[in-house]
Amino acid sequence: MAIKRRDFLKLTGLTLVGTAASAAVGDLLTRGEVKAQEYATPPEALKGKRWAMVIDVKKCKEGQKKGCGKKCIEVCHYLHNVPSIPDKKKEIKWIWEDEFEHAFPEQTDEYLEEIFKDVPFMLLCNQCDNPPCVRVCPTKATFKREDGIVMMDFHRCIGCRFCMAACPYGSRSFNWFDPRKYLKKVNPEYPTRTKGVVEKCLFCYERLAQGKLPACVEACPEKALIFGDLADENSEVSKILKERVALRRKAELGTGPAVFYLID
Amino acid sequence: MYNAEKVIPFIIILIIFFTIPMWLNFGRLEAIPQPELPKEEKKCVESKEYMRAYHMKLLDNWRKKAIRENQHLYTASNGKNYTISLQRTCMKCHTNKEKFCDKCHNFVITHPDCWDCHIAPEVAKKWQ
Amino acid sequence: MIEKALKGSKKYWLWVLFLLSIIFIGFLCYLYQFKVGLGITGMSRDVSWGFYIANFTFLVGVAAGAVMIVLPYYWHNYKEYGKITVLGEFLAVAAVTMCLLFVVVDLGKIMRVFNVLRFPTPNSVMFYDVIVLNGYLLLNLICGWTVLHSEYKGTKYPSWLKPIIYLAIVWAPSIHIVTAFLYQGLPGRHFWLTAVMAPRFLASAFSAGPALVLVAALLLKKVANFDPGKKAIDSLAKTVAYAFIINVLLFIFELFTAFYSGIHSHQAPIKYLFVGLEGHAEWVPFMWIATILAIVGILLLVIPSTRKNETTLVLACIAVFISCWIDKGIGLITGGYTPTPFETITPYRPTLPEIGITLGVWAVGFLIMTILYKIVLEVKSSKELVVKYEGVLYKK
Repeated sequence: MAIKRRDFLKLTGLTLVGTAASAAVGDLLTRGEVKAQEYATPPEALKGKRWAMVIDVKKCKEGQKKGCGKKCIEVCHYLHNVPSIPDKKKEIKWIWEDEFEHAFPEQTDEYLEEIFKDVPFMLLCNQCDNPPCVRVCPTKATFKREDGIVMMDFHRCIGCRFCMAACPYGSRSFNWFDPRKYLKKVNPEYPTRTKGVVEKCLFCYERLAQGKLPACVEACPEKALIFGDLADENSEVSKILKERVALRRKAELGTGPAVFYLID
Repeated sequence: MYNAEKVIPFIIILIIFFTIPMWLNFGRLEAIPQPELPKEEKKCVESKEYMRAYHMKLLDNWRKKAIRENQHLYTASNGKNYTISLQRTCMKCHTNKEKFCDKCHNFVITHPDCWDCHIAPEVAKKWQ
Repeated sequence: MIEKALKGSKKYWLWVLFLLSIIFIGFLCYLYQFKVGLGITGMSRDVSWGFYIANFTFLVGVAAGAVMIVLPYYWHNYKEYGKITVLGEFLAVAAVTMCLLFVVVDLGKIMRVFNVLRFPTPNSVMFYDVIVLNGYLLLNLICGWTVLHSEYKGTKYPSWLKPIIYLAIVWAPSIHIVTAFLYQGLPGRHFWLTAVMAPRFLASAFSAGPALVLVAALLLKKVANFDPGKKAIDSLAKTVAYAFIINVLLFIFELFTAFYSGIHSHQAPIKYLFVGLEGHAEWVPFMWIATILAIVGILLLVIPSTRKNETTLVLACIAVFISCWIDKGIGLITGGYTPTPFETITPYRPTLPEIGITLGVWAVGFLIMTILYKIVLEVKSSKELVVKYEGVLYKK
């Protein structure tokens, strides 16, 4: 039995075509079994076109004097299973406190520094209008939702950290290790992350879907954090921004941050 | 065929080598896994047969819809509504990952990485 | 042809064994990183890219630089480069392979690497970088291998190859321009946000790439009796000289813009790298080594007598290569991340396992280069007519 080379090649080709065809047909068969199912936004969900946050730094300072214990950070980090890593270089944070000269380095001068000496600035992801992190992400693992929230799809992130290079606010953290080692207690309602992905504040999208305000906003005893829809003229945030002086971090970069700091 | 006396035995050896797992387990009958089903709830979001075959597809679609399209509500084929969440919906009935998920997954030697992030109820309990 | 790499002298096998052992160590380090996470590196929340991406960026340049040999040969029919053209192409193959490996070892979730292809994202520069790098690897492999195979068979390369060769030539700068775009389009990273980034990348590429080919060719001349041709070496040396001077000039232009404009944020990274900032001076010695090497390299390359002397030429090329490596590798990355967005400084130092993995990747590159160059040498020498007449060797 001598199979000619030509015949062998022909047979191989035919087998390949057959395999591909059967795979395609198989796919068609299974597709038929998936029933039509429906997905919707829950009726109780908070709906907005441009979610934003206003932070009243004076109120924040008063709250800290009274001993609020930085409830916003504590609650957020507990609810979202954000680990507390002792090594500052590898830490993960969604919302944190910093000084004026670090939050607004390009606007610092000695007078402002003096004025804001003991004023805490709560920093978090700015949920930019034109987010550089979304622009650079090679897999659409981070993307902008219709309501303005810059989302993370942790299932898709490949951990290239291009978004961290692109973010001018240092809002993104990377899981250098398995984060679970650094969690003392967990919220069983929310996942942790796995080593090798990037994470950040997501404006509590999961709470908005349940009709709740972001955790930090709800937790603040001084009501120093105000959350609302900028696209709605009558929302609290829109009203406040019409009357008071607010700063946005590095607004000159054209990113369009949605977190405002009331400084008057 | 050239060198038939060498080629044919070698082919046979190769075939035996690659089918070793089959020969080693020949005649051994592992019990078909019996995942522990929830006691209170009789019905899952979809039929048993559908869930058995397509739960991974359903979960993946849930993730896509909830995370990427902000649609957190699932209406099943029988019209019932469910909140899309592995930990807040699925694991409320299937309260034990080891006795449910792992049973079949281990049997077919598949190790999905769901639990790298999602917290199984029994793991959460141990943590506190 | 591949069988040519399987026969060799003791020295050849010792060198291969040496590379393999380094690869093995690197692989062990990588297993450790795979298990524990990227936390075993010196990278941090503030300096989120480090040694891997630094080497990646530099090697993209080395790969692109090979075009400085391929272009004159095919485009301008510069016959002197006939013997080293394939060396250039195979250098590109080795360098791009290293680039891809450096990206891979830098990923947090390696299992998901194909997400880049599954969800193509045209607004991300990384998407284009993946395309151009893989394309360049394929083009060079096809061109180098086919030309060499034709030579092996004693024929001219097939005509279908010509358009592919031209495509590879046009493609070469693209890999480095796109890689520069990874950096220069990011807001808030003052050191990177400069239009001169892409041209500077090209200039350093066109010096570092040919410099490596030059060193390799002269090394082969010594250990393997390979003659690259005196004129070829001289022309290549001039290419290195011009390109490197342009690279240094472009850097001086950066200095002018930063310091004459007086913009503090543009000066800070440069100050951090060269004189230290706020008590941090981690990379100052390295940057000055790069500076001194650059000066030495330029002097040796510009003075005709030292450029024509093979020993000083090799020294000059090594100086240029290391200078570019420091400047465009680690200097570029740490400079970009320092100061942080909060105008603070988080120092970065690579850790031992990180260096181990890096060396492992370099060893893979050198192994590929060794094997390919070995094949080239065997093919070329088998074509040489050597006649022994009355005890004297005559070469054609």
